[in-house]
Amino acid sequence: MESGIFHTTYQRDMALRHTPAQWVRLALVVAAALAFPFAANNYWLTLANQIGIAAIGAIGLNILVGFTGQISLGQGAFLAVGAYSAGILTKQLGIPWYASTVLACLITAGVGAVFGMPALRLKGLYLAIATLAAQEIIEWGILQWEPITRLTGGVEAMNVPRPTLFGVRMNTDFNFYWVTLLCLALTVILAVNLFRTRTGRAFVAIRDQDIAAEVMGVDLFRYKVLAFAVSSAFVGLAGALTAHYRTIISWERFTLETSILYLAMIIIGGLGSVSGSIYGAAFMTLLPAILQNLGRSLGGTVPNIAQQIPFLQQGVFGLVIILFLVFEPEGIAKMWRNVKDYFRLWPFSY
Amino acid sequence: MLALNNIEVIYNDVILVLKGMSMQVGEGQIVALLGSNGAGKSTTLKAVSGLLKPEDGAVTDGEILFLGQRIDRLDAADIVRRGVFQVMEGRRVFEHLTVEENLRAGAYTQRDARRQTQDLELVYGYFPRLLERRQQTAGYLSGGEQQMLAIGRAMMAHPRLMMLDEPSLGLAPLLVEEIFRIIRRINQEQKTTILLVEQNARLALAVADYAYIMENGRIVLEGAPAQLQENADVREFYLGLTDVGTRKSYRDVKHYKRRKRWLS
Repeated sequence: MESGIFHTTYQRDMALRHTPAQWVRLALVVAAALAFPFAANNYWLTLANQIGIAAIGAIGLNILVGFTGQISLGQGAFLAVGAYSAGILTKQLGIPWYASTVLACLITAGVGAVFGMPALRLKGLYLAIATLAAQEIIEWGILQWEPITRLTGGVEAMNVPRPTLFGVRMNTDFNFYWVTLLCLALTVILAVNLFRTRTGRAFVAIRDQDIAAEVMGVDLFRYKVLAFAVSSAFVGLAGALTAHYRTIISWERFTLETSILYLAMIIIGGLGSVSGSIYGAAFMTLLPAILQNLGRSLGGTVPNIAQQIPFLQQGVFGLVIILFLVFEPEGIAKMWRNVKDYFRLWPFSY
Repeated sequence: MLALNNIEVIYNDVILVLKGMSMQVGEGQIVALLGSNGAGKSTTLKAVSGLLKPEDGAVTDGEILFLGQRIDRLDAADIVRRGVFQVMEGRRVFEHLTVEENLRAGAYTQRDARRQTQDLELVYGYFPRLLERRQQTAGYLSGGEQQMLAIGRAMMAHPRLMMLDEPSLGLAPLLVEEIFRIIRRINQEQKTTILLVEQNARLALAVADYAYIMENGRIVLEGAPAQLQENADVREFYLGLTDVGTRKSYRDVKHYKRRKRWLS
């Protein structure tokens, strides 16, 4: 039985996976992800796509909040930048959907970097308010500012041409699943490896002790702006995927509520954890769906309750989040780690 | 007065820090708790004052008795009301309050306003430096003054047992001696029992009535300071003296390294 993990070389120590068990788990997850669309119906595939896209956005936000220790209430707006720029590029300029997705990432990274500049001087709640301004400014721009509304359509929803690849329509649930999966896999690989590099360590140093990091020569301004840019690039990817998947973009999906929902995702999933972001995204997408189904079946049996169900759903949603924060403030990632540790160290945990 | 019987403290469900630690503090004494870094000294203090919870630690075995009553399951706030006051490591003054406001904050558990004023006079009597700076913002005090403020703040609560965690941290030797003199005076004049955690073994042994030495989460040696000062191991590892009582030269270290006997 394993009594601990011991490394004899630096390469082994830096490796992402240390034990055969971890490789087996990874293989199982990959196999399950590949087999899933053949077993699932459209309803489940839609949910899976939503989770995948949300997970990409959550990983992006977690890079900023969980790893670099900055805060952003502008997540919704950055998603909007990604979605609208992908939509506009494809619709107005006829750029293929995959190329516009990549460009949207870059555009969002730029916008994120600009709005991340106040981070040099502001921390904590003050930065939150500054990014709230970003959210409002971008929202206003999309809805009201003449030169932009001509492109976005303002309050009205914008239609995006259907994505096709070699003549195959891509935005069916089944086909788009592969796009989402590929993007999510890329995001995870990039994010996980980011924190093994010099830049990633600088991010974490800024989170833990920003002044100590500066003393060691980490350029705070550069790395904070870079964190905003990298984070926004992933968020932009999530936005662009939403645009191409739904083929219709409406500003209502990108309000402040969305920003807060994403913050809730990474807090529940686990701050500073890539896998936690995925758990959080899955949790926050599945919970309303489960509550909805529960409400529907309940509404059928108890007729009087039918009008109350939407409110009950909201209430239960809030309650579950509060319970989560009370019992495991470090999120689902920590819970999973506890389970693994329990079995690994059983029967003598110390 | 305070008795720890075989306590075991575990952090995070996996890290065993105190492994059956026992000690006693008698009424009116100054007891010193010495030990290397990571021996569990601060954890011991936190276990007594109920501060383990925020760090995800817990007393899982044994009992802590204060005046004959168990306190190891109580909240930190209840323990303070019973008369145990911890001066935390690293001072932790309220940096946006003035010196006087800091002291009044220390008297949180004392409701009697008239007595509070008397107590202020008393603290200023011990620390004239604080009187000079009474209206200054505490964050602007020097390290030594902040330590004085932290001790003064503890006095305001009229504790029966005051626990000091490294009062000499980062202070100039002269200032350390002054603070230790004052600690001694508080003990004698106010009859406050003191439990002192220190790295400076020589000074701590000079003021203490009794001392414990910790290593690896348990007490390895205890006795009156005079006795401990004679102990060869203590002389070697804590006072840095050789058999003859002279300062040790690094040349000797290379030839022969003494083993800590209690670790075998």
